[in-house]
Amino acid sequence: MWDFDKFGDNIALISENGIEISYNELSNEGKQIVDGIDERCLVVILCRNTIGAIGGYSAFINGHIVPILLSASLDMSLIEGLIDRYKPHYLWIPQEMRDDFHGVYEVYNQWDYCMLKTSYDTKHILNDELCILLTTSGSTGSPKFVRQSYKNVKVNAESIVNYLDLTMDERPITTLPMNYTYGLSIINSHFMVGASLLVTDKGIMQKEFWSFFKTYNATSFGGVPYTYEMLDRLRFVNMKLPSLRYMTQAGGKLLPELHYKFAQYAYDTGRKFYVMYGQCEATARMGYLPSEDAVRKCGSMGIAIPGGEFWLIDDDENKIEQPGIKGELVYAGDNVTLGYAVCGEDLIKGDERNGILRTGDIAYFDDEGYYYIVGRKKRFLKMFGNRVSLDEIQTLIKKEFKNIEVAVTGVDDKMCIFLTEDKQSADVRKYVSDVTKLNSSAIKVFVIDEIPKNDAGKILFYALDAYCN
Amino acid sequence: MPKEGILKKREVDKMTNLENYVQAFCETLEVSEEQLTGLKYQDVPLWDSVGHMNLIARLEEVFDIMMDTDDIIDFSSFEKGKEILGNNYDVVF
Repeated sequence: MWDFDKFGDNIALISENGIEISYNELSNEGKQIVDGIDERCLVVILCRNTIGAIGGYSAFINGHIVPILLSASLDMSLIEGLIDRYKPHYLWIPQEMRDDFHGVYEVYNQWDYCMLKTSYDTKHILNDELCILLTTSGSTGSPKFVRQSYKNVKVNAESIVNYLDLTMDERPITTLPMNYTYGLSIINSHFMVGASLLVTDKGIMQKEFWSFFKTYNATSFGGVPYTYEMLDRLRFVNMKLPSLRYMTQAGGKLLPELHYKFAQYAYDTGRKFYVMYGQCEATARMGYLPSEDAVRKCGSMGIAIPGGEFWLIDDDENKIEQPGIKGELVYAGDNVTLGYAVCGEDLIKGDERNGILRTGDIAYFDDEGYYYIVGRKKRFLKMFGNRVSLDEIQTLIKKEFKNIEVAVTGVDDKMCIFLTEDKQSADVRKYVSDVTKLNSSAIKVFVIDEIPKNDAGKILFYALDAYCN
Repeated sequence: MPKEGILKKREVDKMTNLENYVQAFCETLEVSEEQLTGLKYQDVPLWDSVGHMNLIARLEEVFDIMMDTDDIIDFSSFEKGKEILGNNYDVVF
């Protein structure tokens, strides 16, 4: 995937405590990490934004070992469930989590991460194209993974390098989890050009993050809509960040007033602001709004990335040719992933999409061909940038609380749970926040007389919309 | 006599400020008063970046202040917050 040797002494990774790893070291250590693995197999990485996690990840990709990326802070029972389902031969985990795993033995360690050999001897046949498995929704522990191929990852990273004009002088700072496709795309694309990643698990609400940013002269960062709301509250526009060159935004639609504010800030200060559009099913990125259009096309997610194509279809599957008419957004490109997997047996599968993805998003384009997202076909929310399936949450609640009457809906960053009895409302809210690790301030519980349903017993979610807004 | 009145008012302000400060923590972070001493950022699940933003919004509202960036990111514990509000925003405790 990446030719690390080409970048030699360039610094690839810098951690908060000042440790610097060159591309040479990354290459040599990477070979050591995969050296003990005798055949192509699955490895689960419990991710944090640290040198160990990213260094291990790049070693596996370059070594043709297939990683499953999970958040290290995912609920332990969910991690165990996924490991048990996919039966990886190895785990690459933070050293301090070593004792949480039994029936395994340590075969290697480096950069505060260790490689554990599991006792599974199941040999899933892995398709030759299969590069990596990513979760569709990071927080619920769903076993549904997106199968990304080597070609997917490579072409998407190259396209990003192309439209963001990345060079080895870039120093992006991590603001998103690496197991999240958008965060990972930042790593993947910068490894292509030999740039230096500033790696931290600290967040933008922490002083340490900003001192790291300033000390090592970060040049860019990415953020989901909520990141920009926080930056706005931090009076970001008044901060002195001379090294900053550009900012990107994806993971849901930014409020138009914030889009305008950050676009104007970038324009005024000679920086660049890119609103982008993507999904894990298309590796990461499908669309971007060129920075020179950021102010003029406020509210738009832009045009297809280099190598990709967008079009819209109406309810009868016909292509929409007129501007201003809403339809489902379809994307075609080599970054459209192979398909899903729900179990180890699915990993033999090849390409099921043939380069075309129906995004499930409703959009229109204007007379200059710029796209605007206006809604969704499927029932999910973006909670702080992460996709959360509403039906999945509903099922989880029903499983945990027997015979409960429940309906789950909401708007981005605000989940609304409807119950008919008050006595369980606090428990349900706590359960959902525990299992999803979502801040419970974003979960509202409403107690209503009855859940509105049609004659067939199907919940009428639109009847609940008034509560959510 | 007026002097005593001013002192009393200051004492009342102090009490109300502390009550408001404590209440802002308890309600936005869903913690009990007993948990507050020594409470630091990320000690409880709700005090993450989202919770931090909720807490700051609430404090800015009750004390009618606009906090600076440096103060928002320096606000790392229950005690540190009191110090910041006292030193930089004239909120007496």
